[in-house]
Amino acid sequence: MIVAERKPFDEIKNMVSGYKRVLTVGCGTCVAVCLAGGSKEVETLNAELNLAFGRDKVEFGAETLERQCDMEFLAELDSKVGEYDALLSMACGAGIQFLAERFPSIPVFPAVNTSFIGVNLDVGWYEEKCRACGSCVLAMTGGICPVTMCAKSLFNGPCGGTNQGNCEISNDQPCAWYKIHERLAAQGRLDQIIEISPPNDWSNQKPRTVIQPGYEDRVKALGR
Amino acid sequence: MKSGSRLEKILKAGHFAFTGEVGPPRGANVEALKEKVAHLKGCVDMANITDNQTAMVRMSSWAASLICMQGGVEPNFQMVCRDRNRLAMQADILGVYAHGIHNMLCLSGDHQQFGDHPQSKGVFDLDSMQLIGMVKKMRDEGKFLGGADIDVPPKLFIGAAANPFAEPFEWRVHRLAKKVAAGADFIQTQCVFNMERIREWIRQANDMGLTEKVAILPGITPMKSVGMAKYMKNKVPGMDVPDEIIKRLQGVDKKNVADEGIKIACEQIEEFKEMKGIAGVHLMAIEWEHMVPEIAERAGVLPRPEV
Repeated sequence: MIVAERKPFDEIKNMVSGYKRVLTVGCGTCVAVCLAGGSKEVETLNAELNLAFGRDKVEFGAETLERQCDMEFLAELDSKVGEYDALLSMACGAGIQFLAERFPSIPVFPAVNTSFIGVNLDVGWYEEKCRACGSCVLAMTGGICPVTMCAKSLFNGPCGGTNQGNCEISNDQPCAWYKIHERLAAQGRLDQIIEISPPNDWSNQKPRTVIQPGYEDRVKALGR
Repeated sequence: MKSGSRLEKILKAGHFAFTGEVGPPRGANVEALKEKVAHLKGCVDMANITDNQTAMVRMSSWAASLICMQGGVEPNFQMVCRDRNRLAMQADILGVYAHGIHNMLCLSGDHQQFGDHPQSKGVFDLDSMQLIGMVKKMRDEGKFLGGADIDVPPKLFIGAAANPFAEPFEWRVHRLAKKVAAGADFIQTQCVFNMERIREWIRQANDMGLTEKVAILPGITPMKSVGMAKYMKNKVPGMDVPDEIIKRLQGVDKKNVADEGIKIACEQIEEFKEMKGIAGVHLMAIEWEHMVPEIAERAGVLPRPEV
């Protein structure tokens, strides 16, 4: 899932300052699971904003959509946004932008910082797992991503800074390549990393779209 | 000859190589740099010119390399993967060669978090292994990484680093083998204090036939004080300082600690001179450049051979 963290309250407060009717829009998918931008968090944020601005001075509405990264769900707001002069989105960066695209005449503000693609370690505890680099090497690295977990994104580690199984940047950060070696050794698959891994194709350096096989004609018909 | 550098000639002639290191200034202080270089002149075969070491901004390694060369010391132009993408790397490689530089050391680089701009974006477009391969491709095939022909390819003697002490120890010799396969001509190691471990690593490298393909120069750093030894043991990632070294430094009179540090370094160099698979040593006298002539003298590596 996509993991996000709510922005500091003062930053949010400054963004919406000066608007009289603000709709706080939550998202019911990733950011709800990671406790950053679901209906509960919308409620909490609005309570704080009401306290800060005064309930009689600024009106904060609340709506939480199933997904903000889907026009079908954004359409649910079509009849409601007219009452507001600003939107405050608690979705990830993708959702915020799609909301802004749906309602281009209304200012849209982000209430969260989108952090990473990650996993749920425990309630409220998440770990980054994927940088969406576009050319997955997990087959070679025993299912551990060096692009994400290695602080230098090395493809031929571990570097000389590896420190008794930890990364040079912190003793709390395991060395990705130490882990990769450990796992492949246990599987008897060290041959996977004995060859030099060639320079990566960083396809995440340009904006990307994906059209799944079989959907090309449909996309063509949509004119996009 | 791959490059015709002085280091390559020294190694080819079978001499025990002796290289040094100069850190560029934190500013445009040319005089300070020239003074450091002057201490090394005639004492070393080549001086490594560090590239924003420990991720602190310094005079660029290529510019300092030129000043070093003008000062009569052959430079080893260092390049880290942290600060440049593959375009900037190849451009600088062409640039240094155009100015007469013939040695280059390919490194990953310390993480930017350690330096004076911890908020910076680390590039790491290539890693050190891929950088070595790219320099070799430019030199031997006359082609850019992207495949296009180079109009006058850069002929550089390719260096790489190795840390024989970092975990997993059993993988270290295989990583060395990868660097050799990528195209490294010489290897300079992390500072050696644990002799037992490097003996074992060299034995493995000998067994795998690696020392016939690459010149290995262990890193030597004389300890200036007990505090320095403790700091290197506890604070510098990847450094292996046995307790015996610290005890030995603590065992001498305070005013003799630095001298004892030099003694330890010289004993190491003597052992390396006799060790099968070792082609020389790399002296990293950190902020102690003025002591290099004395250390070189005591290590019995002077005068440097004419080649």
